Amino acid sequence: MKINRFAGVGNWILDRFPLAHLWNSHMAQYYAPKNFHFWYFFGSLAMLVLVNQFATGIMLTINYKPDATLAFDSVEYIMRDVNWGWLIRYMHSTGASAFFIVVYLHMFRGLLFGSFKHPRELIWIFGMLLFVALMAEAFMGYLLPWGQMSYWGAQVIISLFSAIPIIGDDLSLWIRGDYVISDATLNRFFAFHVIAVPLALVLLVFLHIVALHEVGSNNPDGIEIKYTKDANGIPLDGIPFHPYYTVKDLVGVGVFLIFFAAIIFYWPEMGGYFLEHANFIPADPMKTPEHIAPVWYFTPFYAILRAIPDKFAGVIGMFGSIVVLFLLPWLDRSPVKSIRYRGGIYKKALAIFVISFVVLGYLGTQPATHGATIVARIFTTLYFCFFLLMPIYTRWEKTKPVPDRLTKTTSLDDRMLAFAATFDQVTVKQPITTKSGKVINMRKPDAKGILIVIIRLTKRLKESFD
Amino acid sequence: MINEGVDKSKRQFLTSALTVVGAIGTGYLAVPFLAQMQPSVKAMAAGAPVEVDLSKMEPGQLLRVAWRGKPVWILNRTPKVLDDLKSLDDQLSDPLSQASLQPTSSKNHFRSIKPELFVALGLCTHLGCSPTFRPEIAPSDLGAQWKGGFFCPCHGSKFDLAGRVYSGVPAPTNLEVPPYRYLSDTRLIIGEAPEEKAA
Ligand code: HEM
Ligand code: FES
Repeated sequence: MKINRFAGVGNWILDRFPLAHLWNSHMAQYYAPKNFHFWYFFGSLAMLVLVNQFATGIMLTINYKPDATLAFDSVEYIMRDVNWGWLIRYMHSTGASAFFIVVYLHMFRGLLFGSFKHPRELIWIFGMLLFVALMAEAFMGYLLPWGQMSYWGAQVIISLFSAIPIIGDDLSLWIRGDYVISDATLNRFFAFHVIAVPLALVLLVFLHIVALHEVGSNNPDGIEIKYTKDANGIPLDGIPFHPYYTVKDLVGVGVFLIFFAAIIFYWPEMGGYFLEHANFIPADPMKTPEHIAPVWYFTPFYAILRAIPDKFAGVIGMFGSIVVLFLLPWLDRSPVKSIRYRGGIYKKALAIFVISFVVLGYLGTQPATHGATIVARIFTTLYFCFFLLMPIYTRWEKTKPVPDRLTKTTSLDDRMLAFAATFDQVTVKQPITTKSGKVINMRKPDAKGILIVIIRLTKRLKESFD
Repeated sequence: MINEGVDKSKRQFLTSALTVVGAIGTGYLAVPFLAQMQPSVKAMAAGAPVEVDLSKMEPGQLLRVAWRGKPVWILNRTPKVLDDLKSLDDQLSDPLSQASLQPTSSKNHFRSIKPELFVALGLCTHLGCSPTFRPEIAPSDLGAQWKGGFFCPCHGSKFDLAGRVYSGVPAPTNLEVPPYRYLSDTRLIIGEAPEEKAA
């Protein structure tokens, strides 16, 4: 019978390869906390974007030419003459920005719920290595179109290494392969961008997930579900990853793809943030564009570099702003993981950190005027204070008692009911008679109701920071 | 594995010896792997000197030529500019060019062989952008003190018209002056120092 032969092939493989074992231990019998919410979409989304970068990247390689005299034109050729070339390129270039959006949110989730804390330090370290590899990948990819921004951006970043005392000049020469950015640089960056760094990324994602599945996922409550198990040794608060979270993640994928497609089709350059205007002019080694700025995802670090009025110290500051992230698991001395049970100081510190990161990111896109530099110095200081003072303020602060079991989250139904109640409160009904004689209830904003709601919300906001 | 009657010290010796041999081999292999990234022989050979014709230069004009793939500026300075240069010393971080790179023939107040003709490498000593030529006096964005100079768009370093860096900006030293030599009153060669020919 057909069925039997099919099963026979299946068994033949299962006898030789631990497929069932792998499936069970990482999907069908991998127990994850049952309270994952919005912030837990971004790990799987990062993997989706990685796959997108691989697929579209390979297709771009088919028509791209890594040669200083041909590169710029080959990209234009892809955009104009290759069938669907524009779509593939925009999927790749927008994918790069989407990757950073997703990864920044993924990292912020870590800060919210203490995902980097014991016993997940190594997951965080692998994550940080992924982040560094991702920055290298994006930086080298940006040189390939050989536009003005590609050229001068690479000139500045490679020169960063020459600020290192003693070995600096030889090191930057070794990276460039020439005395200036040239064909030699373009050709090697192509090699790194297309094969070396992607291999490292795949390996690191593998290590990241293996480490995660060894200790198990954290969750918004920051409670280890492994501590309360049933008679069969299954965590009481755990649910099998498949089908529960595969289905949940699919919802995330759907919503993500809607946004992703909208950007690809309507705002692929994102007003110069995803693809910079100066990069539509071929590289000219004789002239730097009037305004140069890196792509948005590097701007916070770039603003830190500019804020420090000394070459070597600036470079140290910039690399230091990434190194402190590696140290996070050891800087944080709080006994609790999740922001839900932390004291007010951490919440305020985190808010200041987020504001600093965003402001620095904005300043990095702007010209370095005197006023902007002063502001950048203030926020650079705040950025570092968040990390360097952390051992002090996390030990100081009063934390709240952490329950033994996961707490119940408000359901969507309850949220919608609460929203409807608020809507009722801020409006008054006003019966209106239409021309045809029907009476309908119009809603008019109600000043007193609005005031009450604003006061309630501010109170709640204030409480949530305590 | 049968462990009885095994000479453990011999096994240990073999393991150590092999580790050392393997490490040395890896070290030797690493040399060509890393060294292939150095500039190739061809890249090192490129960089012939370039000749520049000065006969058509106007006062105040800036000429850009490419030497070794880098921009080199040749600026014709007016007597007024040379005068202004003397008044700037206290705003500069290395007015006498002690810490900066230039051939000895250009290590003087105007940083050039002939005061009126300034030759410099047009790359910022901070991170290598090419600064913008801003000869105008006191433009609104650079302030009333500005006596003409070069402004780097990348991180805001400022240089005067002798390529000397202002203090309080990220660039650490003055613009580099490449080796150059006069072939005649109106011909310049960039990439050859006067000392070399004299010797
Ligand atoms: C290519 C980039 C990355 C991919 C594909 C990736 C993938 C994933 C996935 C699939 C998960 C499990 C699902 C989840 O918790 O959302 C995860 C968890 C985690 N990731 Fe990443 N990640 C990446 C980068 C990073 C970075 C840059 C960091 C931070 C430095 C990081 C830190 C973590 C941590 C701490 C966890 C554990 C979270 C928990 O248990 O609550 N990851 N990652
Ligand atoms: S490169 Fe000129 S100021 Fe940084």
